[in-house]
Amino acid sequence: MIELNDFSIGYGKRALLKDVSATIGSGSLTALIGRNGSGKSTLLRAIAGLNGSFDGIISIDGHDLRSMRPQRLATTVALVTTERTRVANLHCEDVVAMGRAPYTNWIGRMQEIDRQIVSHALSAVGMSDYARRTMDSMSDGECQRIMIARALAQTTPVILLDEPTSFLDLPNRYDLCRLLHRLAHEEGKCILFSTHELDIALKLSDSIALIDPPALHCLPTEKMIGSNMIPRLFGIEIGMG
Amino acid sequence: MSRHSILFIILTLTTIGLFCLDLSVGAVNIAPGDVWKALTGGDCPPVTAKIVINIRLVKAVVALMAGGALSVSGLQMQTLFRNPLAGPYVLGISSGASLGVALFILGSPLLGLSAVFSSIGIAGAAWIGAAAVLTLIAAVGHRIKDIMVILILGMMFSSGVGAIVQILQYLSREESLKAFVIWTMGSLGDVTSGQLMILIPAVVAGLILAVVTIKPLNLLLLGEEYARTMGLNLRRTRSLLFLSTTLLAGTVTAYCGPIGFIGLAMPHVARMAMSDSDHRVLLPATMLTGASVLLLCDIISKLFTLPINAITALLGIPIVIWVVLRTKS
Repeated sequence: MIELNDFSIGYGKRALLKDVSATIGSGSLTALIGRNGSGKSTLLRAIAGLNGSFDGIISIDGHDLRSMRPQRLATTVALVTTERTRVANLHCEDVVAMGRAPYTNWIGRMQEIDRQIVSHALSAVGMSDYARRTMDSMSDGECQRIMIARALAQTTPVILLDEPTSFLDLPNRYDLCRLLHRLAHEEGKCILFSTHELDIALKLSDSIALIDPPALHCLPTEKMIGSNMIPRLFGIEIGMG
Repeated sequence: MSRHSILFIILTLTTIGLFCLDLSVGAVNIAPGDVWKALTGGDCPPVTAKIVINIRLVKAVVALMAGGALSVSGLQMQTLFRNPLAGPYVLGISSGASLGVALFILGSPLLGLSAVFSSIGIAGAAWIGAAAVLTLIAAVGHRIKDIMVILILGMMFSSGVGAIVQILQYLSREESLKAFVIWTMGSLGDVTSGQLMILIPAVVAGLILAVVTIKPLNLLLLGEEYARTMGLNLRRTRSLLFLSTTLLAGTVTAYCGPIGFIGLAMPHVARMAMSDSDHRVLLPATMLTGASVLLLCDIISKLFTLPINAITALLGIPIVIWVVLRTKS
């Protein structure tokens, strides 16, 4: 569970979010939506501990983010970014194994349990056959899945994803969101992903976190649809089939 | 047996073979049997023993150390900066060390100090120079994410150092000038056994630090942000890597002069041979490749009496061109 208390963050001199208080629950999939430049990535990076220049408190499962050591943080929050990861000679399996880094010793020695978690994570994203492929030989969408498998292997209660659907075609977007939904419900994880795909967000996520600068509204999807906030912010009507 | 194990055996045997060959090649013809006797303290002329132990053995050990050290430093920089063209020479780390040495060799007579060519002074000056450049690159790199900018700055810095060194040369006395010019040509043979006493521990310390940073280097393959979300302490890792590279590239530059291309090219040879990017494999492979190639360069330089820098450049340039073409495609 992610809790924001009197949380404010800006980009340069511009305030993106101001005095926000919100709770993003466990065991559910939450979509983070908002216009371009409204601070979706900035918020995700702050929760992941990559951007410490915010005011207020972020706490995860009751623990203040600022008081967590890097290793502790890595066993609490996993992040999937939009960064390119097509490294030559880097095997998919090894990327997923990196997710075990917070649990392995100084040289990264894998135990039997770590290997099981890695192969489980690979099969969860449907990439078991790609284990020995190298990252530079795969499509963007395939790389994205491997990065998600890596986040799963990190076995954290919280998973954050920054626009995970951006490189995928339509069927794969739905597949991925269903996968995230299933993981959130079956494993009780708190999964927060930013996206521009309003239809997918509204159909498949349990809650919607909407950034309407400088406010953040976090509501169950049904209530969000009823609230008229989305049409107002995006200037569109939502047709729910 | 796995592909990796076979390759490691081949690499180790090649390194040992080239080391032995390096001992038996030189200006004076010495039969391999006599070389063996000289090394083991057997019955051979005292002159032969002196040549083998004081000249050839020292030089071969220097080649072994310098090759391994420069290559590992190159591997660290390529992973840390996520750039295939990074290396101690390209990033200006060798230049920083050169500036330190230039100030020491050329500057101390100017200030009226006696030209103390003490081993520790040269090493210290090189370490300070190398560390200063790394700090500068890190400071700039923290603000500017674009690696091309960092590489261009590295090149600019090298040119700037070149200019400062020229001014120093213009102002300095003839004897210190000559010592410095010879140093810039790069040589594995000018290392005294006293300097070896500093070179070996410094390089070994640098290599131990490199081993300690194997896991952080693996995480850095995905970039600093991903590495941090997987528990990497970035500040600590950077400090360890900089300290390691300063010891490795700084010390070698201090005693052998600026040797180009080894640090840049050898990690690529190791990656290609191993077809892996795991630093648990790459680090030893890069070290062995670097050591054997510099031993080979030394053998060639002795056979044809050429400066070592010319040979490392001729061997390294095709590899660098290959890397650039492959990255672009």
